Amino acid sequence: MPFDVGVNILIAIFCMGLATYATRLAGYWLLRGQVVTGRVKAAMDAVPPAILTAVIAPTVFLQGPAEMLAGATTLAAALLRLPLLVTILVGVGSVAALRLIM
Amino acid sequence: MKISADLRQGMVDISPMLLAYIPISALWGTVAASHGLSPLEAYLMSVWVYSGAAQFAAMDLGSQGISLLSLLIAVFTLSLRHSLMSASVSRHMESFSRSKASVLLFWLTDEAWALIERRALSHKISPSYFIGVALPLWLCWTLFSALGAWLGNAVGNTAAIGLDFAFAAMFIAVVAGFWKGASTAAVLIASATAAVVAKLYLPGAWYILAGGGAGMLVALLAYRDVKEVQPDAI
Repeated sequence: MPFDVGVNILIAIFCMGLATYATRLAGYWLLRGQVVTGRVKAAMDAVPPAILTAVIAPTVFLQGPAEMLAGATTLAAALLRLPLLVTILVGVGSVAALRLIM
Repeated sequence: MKISADLRQGMVDISPMLLAYIPISALWGTVAASHGLSPLEAYLMSVWVYSGAAQFAAMDLGSQGISLLSLLIAVFTLSLRHSLMSASVSRHMESFSRSKASVLLFWLTDEAWALIERRALSHKISPSYFIGVALPLWLCWTLFSALGAWLGNAVGNTAAIGLDFAFAAMFIAVVAGFWKGASTAAVLIASATAAVVAKLYLPGAWYILAGGGAGMLVALLAYRDVKEVQPDAI
């Protein structure tokens, strides 16, 4: 039972993996070797902070006050230049504490 | 020496995320088992698909009996954010051969990407650093999804100890490193606003592309403003 593998599942897994891998390659293959300047470069430079923010915005702003406050606390820790691990612990600890009292 | 130091640094940087990955991957394994996947099937899906969002969605959609094509479209759109991340990270992989970069990018995840972008602010990115960040996550994800499928409901309530917030906390920490003043603030506000609105009104993971697009648009417009104010600087 633990080692059963169905053909249909295997086909689905294979195709899904091709889809995820394709998205991981696409940006690299499209942009590699391209010299981007000016406005396009400004837009590309904005990708990391913009995507990072977009990914977590619903978690921080739509779940409730505990997550919002924990997000602000984490940001404060990050701006104090605490090490990454410490900042993550501050985030995890503060959200756990805030959920208890809110 | 340089190479092994980079590898080690990558593993150190990713280590807090491993802890957060364990319950999530085990949870996915449990969900997969409840949808009839064997532990080996769950393991293979984690090894090859390697995307939390896509795998959870697949279980959800699979139980609704949708076609393989619809499933693939859903998986593809959920993963489109990786194309933007891959485009962005390609600028730090200029020295990699095309084939090496293409193989390494298989392991591109939100977490690995964030740490690579963070390191690229101050260091050159080596293949060793990429591997150091990416491989432990993959081993963790695949191993614990298989264990989750095997052991069933071994996962406790991760929200109670705040572990579900670890991912957001890391992203906040990384965002802070990109802070360059008012122009960054405009990008972040645009991105967060667009993402929240899109999350409320659109299905799936479109909110990520909406936020990313809004942030890029603002940066594009802000660039023109700088040029008008300081024509000599160009």
